[in-house]
This record gives sequence, C-alpha cells and structure tokens, in this order.
Amino acid sequence: MINILEATETVKMITQENLDVRTITMGISLLDCISSDPDELCGNIYRKITTCARDLVRVGNEIEREYGIPIVNKRISVTPVGLIGASACSCPEDFVKVARTLDEAAKAVGVNFLGGFSAVVSKGMTQAEENLIRAIPQALASTDYVCASVNVGSTKTGIDMDAIRLLGEIILETAQLTKENDSMGCAKLVVFCNAPDDNPFMAGAFHGVTEGDTVINVGVSGPGVVKTALESVRGENFEVLCETIKKTAFKVTRVGQLVAQEASRRLGVPFGIIDLSLAPTPAVGDSVADILCEIGLEYAGAPGTTAALALLNDQVKKGGVMASSYVGGLSGAFIPVSEDQGMIDAVEAGALGLEKLEAMTCVCSVGLDMIAVPGDTKASTLSGIIADEMAIGMVNSKTTAVRLIPVIGKGVGDQAQFGGLLGHAPIMPVNRFSCEDFISRTGRIPAPIHSFKN
Amino acid sequence: MKRNMKKVIITVVGKDTVGIIAKVCTYLAQNQINILDISQTIVGGYFNMMMVTDPSACPRETGEIADELDAMGQEMGLSIRVMGEDIFNAMHRI
Repeated sequence: MINILEATETVKMITQENLDVRTITMGISLLDCISSDPDELCGNIYRKITTCARDLVRVGNEIEREYGIPIVNKRISVTPVGLIGASACSCPEDFVKVARTLDEAAKAVGVNFLGGFSAVVSKGMTQAEENLIRAIPQALASTDYVCASVNVGSTKTGIDMDAIRLLGEIILETAQLTKENDSMGCAKLVVFCNAPDDNPFMAGAFHGVTEGDTVINVGVSGPGVVKTALESVRGENFEVLCETIKKTAFKVTRVGQLVAQEASRRLGVPFGIIDLSLAPTPAVGDSVADILCEIGLEYAGAPGTTAALALLNDQVKKGGVMASSYVGGLSGAFIPVSEDQGMIDAVEAGALGLEKLEAMTCVCSVGLDMIAVPGDTKASTLSGIIADEMAIGMVNSKTTAVRLIPVIGKGVGDQAQFGGLLGHAPIMPVNRFSCEDFISRTGRIPAPIHSFKN
Repeated sequence: MKRNMKKVIITVVGKDTVGIIAKVCTYLAQNQINILDISQTIVGGYFNMMMVTDPSACPRETGEIADELDAMGQEMGLSIRVMGEDIFNAMHRI
C-alpha cells in the first residue's frame, strides 16, 4: 500500500515542481493516402487523420483528469510528406496545398501541432523532396499548426550539402514571410542529422516509414522535479548526485509509461515508445539550465557545463530505461534557449554563446535549439552553422538538430517574442566570418569511417 | 466512475482547521465512495491527509468528483487532489 509520504511526494511533483506529461503524439502513416491527383491526395490525408485521431484529445483529457497528471499537448506526426506527395505534387505550390490540408485536419481533431511536413534527404533529394523544401516558407507562413523538418545527414550516409545550402536560404525566406511575428515560422522548422523515426516532440516529429500504421508515442518531462531532488544533495559526491538523478528520472518515466499504456489501450492504437527527455518550458522552475546550476555552475555556459550536461543526460537515460522497456525518440536533456528561462538568463549574463551551445550539443540529446540570431545573418552562415551541427551528429552517431530563428529587423541586444511554450529569446551574436566558398561547393560529405576511433 | 474499478487516492494538504475530515468524508459518503484507509499527519500546522478509496459504487466520473473536491478544497483553503492509484504505484513500486 502506498504511504502518505509517497503520496505527498507525487502530489508535490505535480503541483509545485511542474511534473507533467509533455505530449501524447499519435503517429499516423499516410502511405495508404498516396494518389497521383493532388486533390484526391489531400482528401485522403484529411480523412485518414480525422478518422485515426478522432478521439486523441478526448482520451488525453480523460486520462489527465483520472490520474490528476497534466498532459500538456496532444499532437500528431505523419509520414514525411516528401514521400507521400511525390506522385501528386509537381511543384512547391502543390505541397503548400498539402500543408494546408494537414493544418485543417489538425484543427478538426483539436491537436496543437502536427509534424511531418518533412523530407528525409540524408544522401540526396528527389525532385519532389526539393519541391517540398522549397514549399516550406509558404507552408509555415500560411498554416498555424504544421511543423516541418528535414533530415540532411546520417552516420551511414554522410551529409547532403546541397540540401544544407538550400536550407540556409529557406530558413531566411521563412523568416521573411513571418517577420510580423518575430520570424516565428522558423520555430516550426528543424534540420536534423540521424533523425529518429519515433520522436514525439515538435517541431521535429514525423512518423517514419519503419513504423506501423498508427502508434502512440509519449514524451515525458520534469526538469523541475530533477532540480528539486538535487537541492537535497548539495555538496554530496558524484555518486550521490548521479543516483539522485537516476531515481528521479525513473519516477518521471514511469508516469509516462502509465499514461502511454492507458492511451494506447483506450484508443486501440499500439504503444510505440516513451521519450524520456527533460524538456524545459519558459515557466519558472521548469528549466534544464537550473539543473546545471544546481549541479554546481553559476550559470549554464560556465566551464564545466559540458561535463555537467553529459552527466545529466546519461543519468536521465540510465534511470529512464529501467522504467520503460520501450524508450526511443530523442531521450535526454533538451537545451533550447528561448524555451528555458535559465538559458535565457545565462545568455543575458554573457555566460553562454553559440560556440558553447555547440559544444554542449555534443553530449545533449538534440542540438542548437530555438536560438534567435540577427535577421541580417547570411544564408551561407546559417548553412555553415547547420553543417557544423550535422557533422557532430554524423561523427558521434547521435541525433543532432538545428532550429535557428533569424529575426528579421532585429539585431544583437534585441529580444524576440514567440509566446506560449516557445517563449522569448535574446538575439545572439553569430560569428561574422564568411564560409561562402565552403557552402557553395556542391555534392555531399562522405560518411565517416567507423574504425580508428580517436 | 463507470468503467473504472480501480482505487482512487485523495490527498488533502493545507492549513489545519476544524472539520476537514468530516467535510470530505460526508462528500464521499454522499457519492457512495468507500474509504478503505485514511492516514494523516500535521507538520508545522499544515494538515496532510491521504485517503485510499474504492469508487466502484459511485455512478459518476472521476473527473467530476475531482473538480467538486477541488472546489470544496479551495473554499476551505486546502488543496484536494483526486488521482488514480496506478500513478502512485507506477512511481513508487517496481
């Protein structure tokens, strides 16, 4: 029988430490929607999504009320549209139409984001995939809930530099088209290396072709819970520190596992994975940077940050894998800037810059996330930053991602306001030296050697 | 609480006043929710109570009960949470 101390601990985690289930994401395969006629394709997609996800939001809300645990987001990921639209879409405008259909379907079922306006072009782009990428600015500017992602590299294939060059321009164009909202469109576009097929977190979620017809993936969170747990072990040695993180990650993940199983059972959709990421929000006390400070740093970005983050990431995984047999997605600590008040404070204090963030991405679960840069940053510079980040992922066999927001009309010292879960961000300075000649080379970077590990 | 034969844990936290248990218990009795176990402590003037309940005879949804108890708690300056037992077992038992 549960005792009062255990009950109080759980209640405190939820009411005071922001423990929540960040997202229930339903993955939906659109492979059976393929048609050579754009209108028929859109009709099929709308029908499939609104049928499969009809009860998603209702069931999510039911579980939330019965267990008393907030389930913040209900979302959908679909098969990369670059594949689905290949036969029907002969130009970028056709893909924009598909994006609008996805947006309508998302609104019809009441989810708050839908991911999968995506292309997987790790080695090369088909004409359709290139058209999809060229459609991204218009698609993101003319929809509310659609998220786009492009996987431009992997450890097995190398890096598609043609796609990276194109994406530098696409990011700027997206920023231009959404400049009234501080270039918000770019917050819905992620560039990946080694993207997982089962990621439930936005903006990078898509339903990979390795997946079944429908699946339920759940993303848990809980940086505030870890931070609070660590407050009780100040000054203790690393063993105690690690043990505390592991135990906390275990508890958090078990809640996610329970919610995932319940959602899967009630919806009659197979359970896929738990993504045990520490995902911060702009809310005070829901910050990964605050955990790093609790570990012993004055600010995130101080010397020791990469080591502390490596430790944190590893312990979260070690605690989480014991709690669920199916762990997947990105699983680790996210380090977005705008979505984490502690990170924003670190940037504003001058403790954290783009270069240190890049180093941190070598050991965190994703990459350069939600970073606002000056609106006059050159496309080739954006491509260069992406290429660097992709190289880290490729060589280290890990997922890396870039979500940069060149805020049109703003420069270093200004603030970008995105609102809600996306938060606000100080514009960060970017290295001004040119990489134009490097980026203008065509072709791809070959896959790395898997021996001689040094 | 149709479809749901599982136990529900009700926690009450807040400043101690006269009649907290009486009020919560009366509400539960009116809704045919059986109390299986009660434990309570007072730490620094703060009242902590946990009730393990069996709602199988209650005709209403857990969510409605949770909302009403939450409202009742707010009137008395307390935080009352209604949560399925599974979440506690998942978190604290291997």
